[in-house]
Amino acid sequence: MKNLNNRHGVTRRGLMQGAAALGAAGLILPAGMRKAHAEPQRGGTFRVGIGHGSSTDSLDPGLWDNLYVQVFAASRHNQLIEVNNEGQLIPEIAESWDSTDGATWVFKIREGVTFHSGKTVTPEDVLASLNHHRGEDTTSAIKTFFEPVTDIRVDGQNVVVTLDAPNGDFPYLMSDYHLAIMPGTDGRIDPTSFDGCGPYVVESYEPGVQASLTRNPDYWKFDRAHFDRVEILSIVDSTARLNALMTGGVDTIDQVDPATIGMLEARGTARILSIPGNAHYVFPMDSREAPFSDNNVRLALKYAIDREDMVEKILGGHGAVSNDNPIGPANRYFHADMEAKTFDPDRARFHLREAGMDSLNVTLHVADAAFSGAVDAGALFAETARQCGINIDLVREPNDGYWDNVWMQKPFVASYWGGRAVEDQMFTTGYASGSSWNDSFWEHERFNELLVKARSEIDEDLRREMYHEMQQIVSFEGSVIIPMNNNYVMATALNVATPERISANWNLDGFRCVERWWFA
Amino acid sequence: MHEVLKMVAQRLALGALTLFVVSIVIFGATELLPGDLASAILGQSATPETLAAMRAQLGLNDPAPVRYWAWLTGALQGDFGVSLATRRPIADMIEQRLGNTLFLALYAAALAVPLALVLGVLAALWRNSIFDRVANAGALSAISFPEFFVAYILVLWLAQSGYFPSMVRISPTSSLADKLYMSFLPALTLTLVVTAHMMRMTRAAIINLMASPYIEMARLKGASPLRIVLRHALPNALAPIINVIALNLAYLITGVVVVEVVFVYPGLGQLMVDSVAKRDIAVVQAIALIFASAYVLLNLTADVLSTLTNPRLMKRG
Repeated sequence: MKNLNNRHGVTRRGLMQGAAALGAAGLILPAGMRKAHAEPQRGGTFRVGIGHGSSTDSLDPGLWDNLYVQVFAASRHNQLIEVNNEGQLIPEIAESWDSTDGATWVFKIREGVTFHSGKTVTPEDVLASLNHHRGEDTTSAIKTFFEPVTDIRVDGQNVVVTLDAPNGDFPYLMSDYHLAIMPGTDGRIDPTSFDGCGPYVVESYEPGVQASLTRNPDYWKFDRAHFDRVEILSIVDSTARLNALMTGGVDTIDQVDPATIGMLEARGTARILSIPGNAHYVFPMDSREAPFSDNNVRLALKYAIDREDMVEKILGGHGAVSNDNPIGPANRYFHADMEAKTFDPDRARFHLREAGMDSLNVTLHVADAAFSGAVDAGALFAETARQCGINIDLVREPNDGYWDNVWMQKPFVASYWGGRAVEDQMFTTGYASGSSWNDSFWEHERFNELLVKARSEIDEDLRREMYHEMQQIVSFEGSVIIPMNNNYVMATALNVATPERISANWNLDGFRCVERWWFA
Repeated sequence: MHEVLKMVAQRLALGALTLFVVSIVIFGATELLPGDLASAILGQSATPETLAAMRAQLGLNDPAPVRYWAWLTGALQGDFGVSLATRRPIADMIEQRLGNTLFLALYAAALAVPLALVLGVLAALWRNSIFDRVANAGALSAISFPEFFVAYILVLWLAQSGYFPSMVRISPTSSLADKLYMSFLPALTLTLVVTAHMMRMTRAAIINLMASPYIEMARLKGASPLRIVLRHALPNALAPIINVIALNLAYLITGVVVVEVVFVYPGLGQLMVDSVAKRDIAVVQAIALIFASAYVLLNLTADVLSTLTNPRLMKRG
């Protein structure tokens, strides 16, 4: 198994060149932008306005579910393992990790790191932090990650995790944002506490409004956390967010409305960062129910959607066409050479005939809670499907309660995925038989067999082959229509500098803009 | 005066009954909403196991009457409990938000009420003049636009040019001048929205009285028009005006969530919306009671004030 202990916590390479070379990662620069300083500089108060956040947000790591709490968490906590801006795992609180058989994983805990409260970070704290998501009575969203875990124990400075079967990707699971390292007392963390060992110390926090943090003077990473202070503001209304940036109320905003990007660029007072990642918008179909139980019907629908047009109209061009593939270009084993599905009415009609139908009537349930623009995307879909003899009856559902009453309740709906760093994680969560998030209730024998096999396969080429076959199966026999990968679109003031490459795994530089960016 | 005290006591008792009924209705309505706190908090990540674990932790498995009774006995002892979603004491959560909401409501009222009264009196005085028409048309246009549209227009004119901030960031430590400056745009938006109602009521009430014989008498004895309006007409027109002002004040406290969203103002409305979306019933109840109390108290104040302004009612009995 791979051993990654030869790296220091932070790659200097990524921070070196600064905004001078921003062209690389698909960034769009307004003409005539002056070059920012290449070297990160210390100082300033960074104010970031985020389109999520609610007064009911919780400090409990198992319940973190929106961008506001995720960025706030990354500002005050560290994890065992970090995903760097190139999508690779780098050590954070785990100085190194290793496994001889893929089933027993040894994480060596970094020494000399302290929590904001002054307590030293110990392997016992790590154990308590992991156990918070494990066991019968946990309410954690990532409980399933720990189901294959049979034992976690402390061994000197190490934390040893034992799995019931080998899994070469297990360290990737341990990089999940829910796994904040927090101080443990009697084997339990306090899920109502701010205390962490991350870059910033919480000064004040009002859920759904704002958080103020100051730089952790004892932070162990020497080349991170460049701002003196950080303010994280919840600005849910997209117009209010844009106004805040334009009037200088904040330095960075996320989720820029595609319709306003052109105008913002024309003003030249802000920089648009548009990062292609693995996030994608989906239309899952309940494969247990007619007519979706027939793969020909599913294929007919897949050829009846105009993906190019949708990227243009729904994403404003800030995204890419997806070939019904939940694995994105930022994944290691992305299968780029599958036969592309274009909008093809003849092909759609062909598959309808194969299914023994002349025309098809289906009902699609949508709400903008699924993704921003879902209602419009449904209307576009209905329009193109009509040309293929498919009548899509569009039902607009309320945003409130969408995930309870519509998603995985109605047979044909809209939804989204943030994308996952690891193929196994994506497939296991969303496509494995019996998974609680398998939102198309899809069962495929060969797929499930490959999923288990690939997990413990050590030969890189064989593994790639398996994952390619699985992507092929999901794309052409799966029950989820995936028309597009949406970019993460952010905007910053001109004096905000970022590393040359911005993480594609999550929004706002993998939630870590607060510790990775600086003022030029 | 005795009459007034009796009325206040009666009204307060009725108000308490109203609050009780409101709390039952709100509880029932929240129960009727699909989903519960556990599924709302876990959202897309809800699985049957985590849902069951969370429901057990929060005591959501108890029948609704049991949960209502537990809440009511706590509330009667002044303990509104903790938010089910965040485990923070509800009193803490609401305290600052309520302060913010009252501040904005008073600020807007301090701008709107004098403005509406002056415009109303002048419009009545110069009835059917150009001034009357312009004031009426302006006020009616402002009330006819949706609040968020008025808000965005103000942002376009006054925030993007840099005169005022488009985003309100106030904390308990901000100075009063800071607060007034920061929240000027939301206060102005609300002023534009509520002025028309009060102004037109003032104008109509005064004009209505201007046809009375005693006004004609005043005119015949040679009093100036302004004196007639202020000294003779206005005191008798106060009762309906006070009622309209009270209604508008209640609206300023309870109904400004759209304005809060546009200006990112941390008020009670936003907290209420968040809490309903998460089915955090304890917080919803507490805020609903505050809103209901605002209506009860303001209506009571309006009735007391209109009684005090009317000697015939005062001398009765």
